[in-house]
Amino acid sequence: MISTENISKKYRSELVLKGVSTILPTGKIIAFIGSNGAGKSTLLNIISRLIPPSEGSVVIDGKKTSLWNTGDLAKTLTILGQSPQSETRITVKDLVSFGRFPHSNGETTPDDERAVAEALNITGIETLKDRYIDELSGGQRQMAYIAMSVAQDTKYILLDEPLNNLDMGRSVKIMKLMQKLVKEKSKTIFVVVHDINFVSFYADYVLALKDGILKYQGETESIMRPEILSDIYDIDITVENYRGKKICIYYK
Amino acid sequence: MRSLKQPFFKTFFILTALALCLGSAYLFAGLAEGSWNYNIARRINILAAIAVTAVSVGLSSVVFQTITSNHILTPSIMGLDNLYVFIQTVVIYFLGTGEMEMMTRQNDFLLTLAIMTAASTSIFIFMFKTNCANVYFAVLAGLVFGIAFGGLSSFMQVIIDPSEFSILEGRMFASFNKINLPLMGISSLIVALSSVWIALDFKNLDVMTLGRAHSVALGVNYEKIVLKTFVAVSLLTSASTVLVGPVTFLGILIVSIARFIFPTYRHDILVPGTILVGICALISGMLVTERYLQFTVPLSVIINFAGGICFIYLVLKLKRI
Repeated sequence: MISTENISKKYRSELVLKGVSTILPTGKIIAFIGSNGAGKSTLLNIISRLIPPSEGSVVIDGKKTSLWNTGDLAKTLTILGQSPQSETRITVKDLVSFGRFPHSNGETTPDDERAVAEALNITGIETLKDRYIDELSGGQRQMAYIAMSVAQDTKYILLDEPLNNLDMGRSVKIMKLMQKLVKEKSKTIFVVVHDINFVSFYADYVLALKDGILKYQGETESIMRPEILSDIYDIDITVENYRGKKICIYYK
Repeated sequence: MRSLKQPFFKTFFILTALALCLGSAYLFAGLAEGSWNYNIARRINILAAIAVTAVSVGLSSVVFQTITSNHILTPSIMGLDNLYVFIQTVVIYFLGTGEMEMMTRQNDFLLTLAIMTAASTSIFIFMFKTNCANVYFAVLAGLVFGIAFGGLSSFMQVIIDPSEFSILEGRMFASFNKINLPLMGISSLIVALSSVWIALDFKNLDVMTLGRAHSVALGVNYEKIVLKTFVAVSLLTSASTVLVGPVTFLGILIVSIARFIFPTYRHDILVPGTILVGICALISGMLVTERYLQFTVPLSVIINFAGGICFIYLVLKLKRI
């Protein structure tokens, strides 16, 4: 279980995160929503120890992040940020094999081979395994990085805007993969998503941030309400029912 | 991750054979009966210095590029060898000859080394903490640092006492034709120890090719290894600079050739590859200056000429992306 105690983050003199305290559920897809600059990515990065909080602490499975050995934590939790273009020549299979690094420290065992093959299979990129990542399309590259995180086989997977720059088809594929990981491998997935309808259809639980404050938190159903969403995004949003799911309409 | 090693075996074999051929050509060709003893000793020393320099420059350039996530910077391009010359000038300037005579050359070197390591590590940390993402900024700052330290050294050398300057001159302006022999032992030792120290982290450095975020997510103790690498890079650069003097564009030349021959992220392939390329490049250069140009052009000029062209090419290529 992951909980945060009063975390704040200051960049220069600006507070981008103001005293966030929460307890996060497990075994679910948990979406972080909010407008740009609301502090979603900052919160995700603090939970995953990528950046230190200015105040407060994060507790993962009963232990503060600062007390975790970073190598051990990498077997429990992983984060996938927005991947910058890399100059390095590396094949998809080698990239995915890096996911096994916390477990094997670079000496590949049969267990690692199996985990890598499974990750390639579950993400559907087996055919690309010998291609170099700089030759792939944006969507294929994103899938390769996701496969690396899957191969890492951690209890918690944190994804910072995994649907960025992807078409609808591929976005749906990624969200379905997340559902599968939660259902079949009982992972807990934290994901920053901008498209509110993806949240409505695929997330189980939502945290909504505004101006660095955690304003709403709860099951997806309870957050998909016009007054809450209008408050979070500062525009009028209508919510309609469609086959048992809520659809948000914000085009004017 | 293992499967990649096989295809490079042939390349390694060819490069090693080439290095050995060049080495023996340099050692034995054109030896006259009368000057055998003098020449062979001199040539063995030069070959040893070339090997130490290739290891030091090759290793430091590859790992420096890994931790700074780019392919156009090397410690020398960041002005590190000029910084070394500057610190050495300052040490001699402030301690003066009187005290210098009491100090042995090695003590002088070790003192310079300590200051150098502290200074360069702080500069790196400061630069990459404040402006991490921008390669252009780093290139520019490095070149400015290099010119600034070079200028400051010349300034201090001008105002220094002439008798002290002659001591300084003997120690500082090492080149491949004027190797700093008294410090050969200690600089080789420093290069060997730093290499072993860094080689222990090759697996971690492989992961760090992916950048900071991925490395941390994969459980690499990123900050610790970056700091360690900066310290080792300072030690390596100091050792090669004291031995054969600054050769600014050697690193970029050999790393770029090695990256072309060995397109891999793996340090256990890339580092030995770069070192072999370095040995071949330096011996060929030495053959050209000694045998064809009759010492009219120093080796560093030839290397900087080729390396400089390579650097300009890389900068232009970067612009296209």
